[in-house]
Amino acid sequence: MKYAFFLGCTVPVRAQNYELSARKVSEKLGIELIDIPEFRCCGYPVKSVDFRAHLVMSTMNLALAEKKGLNITTLCNACSVTMIEANEEIKHNSNLLNEVNKELKKYDLEYNGNVEVKHFARVLYEDYGIENIKKYITRPLDKYRFAAHYGCHFIRPSVVYSEFDDPEFPVSLDRLIEVTGAVSVDYPDKQLCCGGGILGIKEDVALALSHKKLAILKDIGIDGLISICPFCSVMYESNQKKIEKTYEEELGIPVIYYTQILGLAMGFSSEDMGLKLNRVKAKKLIEAFTNEK
Amino acid sequence: MPINIKELNTKFKYEVMKEPGGENLLKCFGCGTCTASCPVREIDEQFNPRKIIRMTILGMKEVVLKSDFVWLCTACYMCQERCPQDVMITELMNAIKNVAVKEGIVHPSYIAQVDALNQFSRLYEIGEFENKKRSKLGLPTLETKKNETFVKIMNDYVADLLNKDEGEE
Repeated sequence: MKYAFFLGCTVPVRAQNYELSARKVSEKLGIELIDIPEFRCCGYPVKSVDFRAHLVMSTMNLALAEKKGLNITTLCNACSVTMIEANEEIKHNSNLLNEVNKELKKYDLEYNGNVEVKHFARVLYEDYGIENIKKYITRPLDKYRFAAHYGCHFIRPSVVYSEFDDPEFPVSLDRLIEVTGAVSVDYPDKQLCCGGGILGIKEDVALALSHKKLAILKDIGIDGLISICPFCSVMYESNQKKIEKTYEEELGIPVIYYTQILGLAMGFSSEDMGLKLNRVKAKKLIEAFTNEK
Repeated sequence: MPINIKELNTKFKYEVMKEPGGENLLKCFGCGTCTASCPVREIDEQFNPRKIIRMTILGMKEVVLKSDFVWLCTACYMCQERCPQDVMITELMNAIKNVAVKEGIVHPSYIAQVDALNQFSRLYEIGEFENKKRSKLGLPTLETKKNETFVKIMNDYVADLLNKDEGEE
């Protein structure tokens, strides 16, 4: 199993714990992640200003992977959906493919529609499979309760994800959490957006959205919110202090990347999984899985 | 807000429908499922997808393009999933934003993002500092220089926005 590893903009700078745990887990599972140095922004930020610019940026990355004969896997929900949408548009519209290729020629690139883009969590669920992951679980996390946060772009719009999971009642991430031995709790507003898309537009509304979910989870009582998107984590974790201040409310909810808990269940230490880099410390996990005495 | 018929621009809807994602605008029959599903609307009344769609169809170009609310969609796609008429509302909101940009109206947050992309070919800079931190963690270092192809794409497509930024400095 081999994929071109698309890091995007946010992961390599703001989610190194995610990247670290994903790389280590992959290696142990035998999933080869190939770095392509020329990969750049997926095009998500420019979709709002110029749809065609986003199409060309996405296709530039798709073309780079195609040249190496690889499918792409990403760690970010927005990178996934952006490149998947561009790919789908182009694949199902030969006129558009020709048009885009005319554009790409200017940059010495060519794309023939032969690349598939999948989020890493989807790769684990769909390509690798829960049963195969199970074989690597040496230390079940059966004392822990986690809440799955899918993030919007992991499963929506269903027009590009219909074969994967339900847009309103998804199960994939819950199953992935359960295979670690932990409980994946059900909770209200599970599909609520983190608000990340408008953080730069209207911060108070964006933070109100994040607060809403965090407040629900505080009432329920969990060991961590499980994220698979670096920007959802920015909202729930990096901004948690600010949210606590704004709402004069203590939250203290650890936000953990899925690959981090998977790694712990596979026998990695909390140091290996970069848990000290998480802003809201998952103290229970760090204490239980540390190497240090 | 009263509607002044003389101020309506009946061509506006076609401008929006020409943009990718705007094609299904006229399929809307105004049921409001989008508004009821919108998490932003629940917090901020300013944002109301049904109202934006209605105003777009009516031709209230100025009001739609100049208001903050077109920028408030988080792109969660809930409205789009539930729309009984397949209006592709999230993509439609994007199409309206694209029209606004063509008219020279763009939220400063996007100018800042385009500027970052132009400087670093990424949203965030990866320099020596970031690479040192990455190496320490055992992560591979990444290219720090701009990507020539990416820079060309930026210049070919969003040059207007780049100039806009320079003009403000």
